[in-house]
Amino acid sequence: MDAAKTVNNQKKILFLAVATAAMLTGCQSPDIYYWGHYEKSVYIAYVKPDKATPELQARMMEEDMHKAVSANKPLPPGFHAHLGNLYYQMGKSDLALQEFQKEKTQFPESAVFMDRLIANLSKK
Amino acid sequence: MKRLFLYVGILAGVLALTGCVTKKPYDYTNFRAHTPRSIVVLPPINQSTDVRGTYSYLSTVTRPLAEMGYYVFPVAEVDELMKENGLPSAGEMHQVPLDKIGEIIGADSVLYVTLKKYGSKYEIISSVTTVSADAKLVDVKTGLTLWEGTVVAQQSSGDSGGGIIGALVTAVVTQVVNSATDPAHDASSMANYQLFTPKDYGLLYGPYFPEDKKK
Repeated sequence: MDAAKTVNNQKKILFLAVATAAMLTGCQSPDIYYWGHYEKSVYIAYVKPDKATPELQARMMEEDMHKAVSANKPLPPGFHAHLGNLYYQMGKSDLALQEFQKEKTQFPESAVFMDRLIANLSKK
Repeated sequence: MKRLFLYVGILAGVLALTGCVTKKPYDYTNFRAHTPRSIVVLPPINQSTDVRGTYSYLSTVTRPLAEMGYYVFPVAEVDELMKENGLPSAGEMHQVPLDKIGEIIGADSVLYVTLKKYGSKYEIISSVTTVSADAKLVDVKTGLTLWEGTVVAQQSSGDSGGGIIGALVTAVVTQVVNSATDPAHDASSMANYQLFTPKDYGLLYGPYFPEDKKK
């Protein structure tokens, strides 16, 4: 088999791989939640703590809240809790409290943990 | 030539099919008896050589679990609480008694993850990124293991065409980009989907999964 044919075959294989990937992802049902920057925010805070200030992360997540409304999707578990903690780090305890309460209302499973975070707000 | 493609296609099809039937489905007896509503994920124990593994993986684990219908506690805040309480490492966090986790976090279940491999291996033409992990979901009230799984996810940056010179340039470029963005982070997301979502081996659907979407 000559070189031109080899290249041609590689293209075919690539096409098949792309087609298969498209098929597989096509089978997945759409997400329940609007994820926005939640996981990304968690990640960059660990990787680049100097650049990923709480202010920057909170701003990204505030945008997400608006986008979630337009997308008509709920925000995911942990979103409000994480945003609340960012507000807490920024010294905005009132906003933090609101977010912790939103998490608790949306997901009652979080009550014990949110009450702990809320109690922590008044301690410091 | 066309015939060769047909053979390869058939072979791939057969492999895919047998891959699905030879493995026995997971025994969900405990899972069904104690289906949790909520999961707390502790930072994984990292047995790989890359120190970034623990927190890179931790920040990709919420999405697949939540999309399966569970409440997933905020991973960063749980980690912070543990650290504030004198548990600086994942190894120490994994030793916390279940009743304590129930009392402090109020979780129904705990997911313990051990990262076996995390990172990229560079070769002349391309690189292979591997993330492999073991995971165990434990019921907080009874201590029963509800589910266990293991995953090996690999991604390779292949030749994008253009012959050998093109390939070498691609490898260099990919390596530079990789060193900045950590390809194993993306591979972690892929690993999580492979670990938690397959029918018969992954997790059962949780309480927030929409009825009409269940397969």
